[in-house]
Amino acid sequence: MANRTPTKRTAAPAIPHGLSREELLELYRLVRLTRSLEEKLEILFKQSKVIGGLFRSLGQEGESVASAFALRRRDDGTGDMLSPLIRNLGSMITIGATPGEVVRQYMAKADSPARGKELNIHFTDYQRGFIGQISPLGDLVPVMAGVTLTFKQRGEDRVGMVYIGDGATSTGAFHEGINFAAVQKCPLVVIVENNGWAYSTPTRMQTAAKSFADKAAGYGAAADRVDGNDMLAVYGAAKTAVDRARSGGGVTLIQVDTYRRRGHAQHDSQSYMDPAEIDRWATGNDPIDRYVAALTGNGWAKADELAAIDARIDRELDEAIADAEKSPLPDEQEARTDVVSGGPVPGHWYRMDPPDPRMA
Amino acid sequence: MANATLSKQKPDHVRLTEQGKPVTLLEAIREGLWEEMERDPSVFLMGEDIGVYGGAFKMTEGMLDAFGGLRVVDTPISEIGFTGAAAGAAHMGMRPVVEMQFIDFIACAYDMITNYVATSRYRGSGPVPMVIRGPSGGYVRGGPFHSQNPEAAFFHTPGLKIVYPATAYDAKGLIKAAIRDDDPVLFFEHKWLYRRPQLREVLPNEDYIVPIGKARTHREGKDLTIVTYAAMVHKCAEAAEVLEKEDGLSVEIIDLRTLLPLDEDAIVESVKKTNRLLIVHEDTRTGGIAGEIAMRVSEKAFEWLDAPIQRVTAIDAPIPYSPPLEDYFLPQTDDVVKAARWLAKY
Repeated sequence: MANRTPTKRTAAPAIPHGLSREELLELYRLVRLTRSLEEKLEILFKQSKVIGGLFRSLGQEGESVASAFALRRRDDGTGDMLSPLIRNLGSMITIGATPGEVVRQYMAKADSPARGKELNIHFTDYQRGFIGQISPLGDLVPVMAGVTLTFKQRGEDRVGMVYIGDGATSTGAFHEGINFAAVQKCPLVVIVENNGWAYSTPTRMQTAAKSFADKAAGYGAAADRVDGNDMLAVYGAAKTAVDRARSGGGVTLIQVDTYRRRGHAQHDSQSYMDPAEIDRWATGNDPIDRYVAALTGNGWAKADELAAIDARIDRELDEAIADAEKSPLPDEQEARTDVVSGGPVPGHWYRMDPPDPRMA
Repeated sequence: MANATLSKQKPDHVRLTEQGKPVTLLEAIREGLWEEMERDPSVFLMGEDIGVYGGAFKMTEGMLDAFGGLRVVDTPISEIGFTGAAAGAAHMGMRPVVEMQFIDFIACAYDMITNYVATSRYRGSGPVPMVIRGPSGGYVRGGPFHSQNPEAAFFHTPGLKIVYPATAYDAKGLIKAAIRDDDPVLFFEHKWLYRRPQLREVLPNEDYIVPIGKARTHREGKDLTIVTYAAMVHKCAEAAEVLEKEDGLSVEIIDLRTLLPLDEDAIVESVKKTNRLLIVHEDTRTGGIAGEIAMRVSEKAFEWLDAPIQRVTAIDAPIPYSPPLEDYFLPQTDDVVKAARWLAKY
């Protein structure tokens, strides 16, 4: 046998970027979990169980998961840190947020991470390494510059990753944050997700630059540009940037090209978008379809392995949702707490019985 | 990173109190900053021109040499950038103190302060123990963008604390308290008070703080209460001397020291004693802090009032530059005298 010449059955191609087969399957689990979680959230939204808006990342899950997968992920406050955008549920899940937390957040429950005070995936866990964004876009770029400045001040070999969309690269906060980080050589990776749209504004109305990657040169940051729906390519680019940051090479801006197949939020009719274009991305350039084709086509995973993962995710999500539904809404008095250190702020004197203005 | 700092001899300009010498308000703050930097390696400074140059007013002179570039960070001109970076560092357990070169520029970081920093604890993103400090106030011919008192713009933002000292003792004790506080503190430093010789005093040669949220009785009196803060404390004190000498009036002056949270008890207690209230601030009139103070007194001490609450403030305009214009725009000692006389006669 040993002397036999190779048969027609060739060995599977080497897995790129030093990833193991287990890691490939974990990437699959994370991206599938992200999409399935959003699909179930959409059902809950239609049942009016989600309070407020719902933001889908359909078509962008691959780059979210693959970029965050390049970080050192720990749950004891010593790992890397990221700050996501509204369409980075995949990044949150990858670095350690749980579906149960996300569902409770979307249902505004008392035991949600933000205790009913903030929406959707705007929540934070310093142990697992994510800082929730706020709605004024771009603000987390300076914040993550400061997070990574502290890594440097303390001599820790930790890295930060911050996500920003094509739209928010136009903000002052983006500019000041990335410039500050570049000057200080902070270990920061800036992922610019170009999904074509900022709400209804197309990219061409956002910038006259040829590419977002071009902007890096203006800050003296390293630049890369990658097909955002090719998960392995995104992982490779992110890993290179994370390694650069960890070894003292400073800031990298990675432009990730993808496409937002849904509206800004669930209420958005996408009237300003071309249905044929959405369809082209859905049928020909879906990140999960492409990843599955790579896994099975290269012989890195079998279809039934993936189906088993899908089934497990489905069960887990149903359990997480059932669990979250049992949680109560917050007590109204929670509204008065945690404004500043110390006790709650005063309540409404006229709601007292009898009303007492001295209690204002 | 702390180790490199303490090996060097502490320079003389931050040893005045140690040597039993009087300090100005600026020197008091500088000593406070220095002592906190020595005490806690998580304290660090950021701002424009604060390193090699030592800051536009030389507040951080010598600090780069003593503490190194990782703790005295010269930043690009980027109020959003360094304010946000301070928040990020504070998330990681640091205690950043950022300098607005002039407090007027704090407006550039308004979003970061009000939307991000002030809401962090409430949103479950944890406390943001950081200090934003800088020179504020008029009477120096600084014109529209080097003379402002922007406290009212932040007074309305839950989640912040605002401190505005009037004496060297309070300035040192409050900057230390602000740095040790677990909430974001805006620390306003009146530049007209910075180097006023009359404010020089010998401070206790010991570690002390002045608690945030507590007003101080600057002068006791029984006929009339003036609630004020910062530079106006000294204008009001001059006015009180005149009123005592020329009118025989006994004026009580409450120096708020902290604007947020407001020491309502101190105000109400004084009003209950004197039954007349004049509120004096250097900030403009509409939407100024006087309005809130008057409302609190209406809620808590209406029946003790013998006269309508009155205020002396700047006029509702941008701050002009030329001496006659600035002098007209800003409240002056004589304005306080006239308003107090009117109120006393009511």
